[in-house]
Amino acid sequence: MNIVVCVKQVPDTATERKLRSDDKTLDRDAADGVINELCEYAVEEALLLKEAHGGEVTVLTMGPSKATDTIRKALAMGADKAVHLVDDALHGSDALSTSYAMAQTLKTIGFDVVILGSESTDARTGLLAAMLAERLGVPQLTQANKVDIDGTAIAIQRLTDYGHDKVEASLPAVVSVVEKINEPRYPSFKGIMAAKKKPVQTLGIAEAGIDASQVGLAGAWSEVVDFAAAPPRAAGTIVTDQGDGGTGAAEFLASKKFI
Amino acid sequence: MAEILVLVEQLDGDVKKVTLELLALARSLGSPSAVWAGPGYSAEAKAKLAGHGADKIYVADAAEIADHVVAPKAELLAQLVASAAPAAVLVAATAEGKEVAGRLAVKTGSGVITDAVGLGEGFVADQSIFGGGVNVHSRVTKGTPIVAVRPNSTAPVAEAGAGAEEQVSVALSDAARAARIVERVKQDKGARPELAEAAVVVSGGRGVGSAENFALIERLADSLGGAVGASRAATDAGWYPHQFQVGQTGKTVSPQLYIAAGISGAIQHRAGMQTAKTIVAINKDPEAPIFELADYGVVGDLFKVVPQLTDEIEKRK
Ligand SMILES: Cc1cc2nc3c(=O)[nH]c(=O)nc-3n(C[C@H](O)[C@H](O)[C@H](O)COP(=O)(O)OP(=O)(O)OC[C@H]3O[C@@H](n4cnc5c(N)ncnc54)[C@H](O)[C@@H]3O)c2cc1C
Repeated sequence: MNIVVCVKQVPDTATERKLRSDDKTLDRDAADGVINELCEYAVEEALLLKEAHGGEVTVLTMGPSKATDTIRKALAMGADKAVHLVDDALHGSDALSTSYAMAQTLKTIGFDVVILGSESTDARTGLLAAMLAERLGVPQLTQANKVDIDGTAIAIQRLTDYGHDKVEASLPAVVSVVEKINEPRYPSFKGIMAAKKKPVQTLGIAEAGIDASQVGLAGAWSEVVDFAAAPPRAAGTIVTDQGDGGTGAAEFLASKKFI
Repeated sequence: MAEILVLVEQLDGDVKKVTLELLALARSLGSPSAVWAGPGYSAEAKAKLAGHGADKIYVADAAEIADHVVAPKAELLAQLVASAAPAAVLVAATAEGKEVAGRLAVKTGSGVITDAVGLGEGFVADQSIFGGGVNVHSRVTKGTPIVAVRPNSTAPVAEAGAGAEEQVSVALSDAARAARIVERVKQDKGARPELAEAAVVVSGGRGVGSAENFALIERLADSLGGAVGASRAATDAGWYPHQFQVGQTGKTVSPQLYIAAGISGAIQHRAGMQTAKTIVAINKDPEAPIFELADYGVVGDLFKVVPQLTDEIEKRK
């Protein structure tokens, strides 16, 4: 089975994240880049599927050259090889153009199943998996907390607001996974050493069949008009419980008409 | 006035509160048309939508719309975007709402904005990003603006619209039928409101100490008619189910009132609750970062403060 797992490098949420004042895009130099946490669950699920059904796991990343750190992490976890879509023309791409670029690349490299995390911690749009399914014309099996494959049949449990749906389809398909579908493994020392020798193919937009006018800031379908640091919340009232802390809180809630 | 499509969120025919909020928002910018997708349409549903400002109601109540994941709703909306040429399409910023928005954007060649907490003239959206640290104004520059709006971004307005019904049928493509829903498993969540929609959310964290102790949090939530949430420390420990996790990798909530008990206020937790209008924190550590956000904070033991607060609320009712 040809399993492709999409992995994104994001700024570490523990550091201060910023937008650039010049072009209003994410400042990727301001914060340390780390693998998007939900992508680790996607990599783990890809590895579990390979262990159960055989095949090969390919990591696909779109991002600047420093995203190789993130690719190595996924390779160290056990993926076999990687494709890095990297091109200055991609800078500033929004969700639509990113999904277009990724879909073109997936068509170029081929896949039986594409696995993603359900969202990234930086943009948090949660759009990519659905957009890829739409663009590739394959089943959308998203928000999965369980994935089963049997031959070309695939079934997932899709988390919903009311519980979950059981969903069935045939491969090829796009799958997105939620946190807690599995427990991502830590790369072993051996895995880290082996990752250094695994093949990483870099593709520019021309090689991936991407039309330059459809990507990057100029090709974006939406724009940031302006942005500003959120004003600090007005300092609240903090009291120390002297035996009447609950009553005092009730008083506050009543003053705000919550009771 | 410009027509604005609002995708109705409903469960078993019950219109969700977020839809009424979207209708109010659409009414402030144009003429709202509710779009009903799937079975369960009824006179009550009609009355509720029209009673909250829907001038038109497109009814596509074929069963098969609900039998497949997301794609049929996107095809329905794409058809209406082509026939009605609306000024914008609004959906709820739930996981599924955003997926519908994403597919619709691809189909119609339109830009999409997610997680708006406000929407103004020219469909310029307010967003709060990076865990609430930065406020952004953004807008769609191509096609029909598609905006996914967070629940609780505005209040529903009981103002009658014309409520003209129009039956719509969609011929679903094979691609839209590719992912079949073979079973729906509904969890009994009792009488509590849905977490993402609730006007009041009471969350417990590591300080709660055990699954049994979450009864304290539930009791406080029930006294306020609210939903229960949990920090990741609490869901990781298995004290409360994962779908109630609030934060970066859990649900994002934007309630009128958020009460955090035994939660330190890590940036990843704040990412899921920072846009709450009023925040109350109960924590025994005066240095806990959650107090930086709190409108009202009690430094104390939650096992004393929470029951006393619950009793006091019950008393005052
Ligand atoms: C990529 C990533 C994603 C994450 N996503 C999320 C997410 O979605 N949601 C989330 O919540 N976290 C998330 N986290 C985890 C987050 O960083 C914190 O670890 C977590 O929020 C801590 O939960 P907590 O506040 O309950 O526990 P702690 O940080 O341990 O805080 C417990 C608090 O309880 C107080 N306390 C203890 N006993 C009492 C008592 N008897 N009375 C009153 N107070 C008491 C303590 O003073 C302390 O402040 C994520 C982390 C990462 C790295």
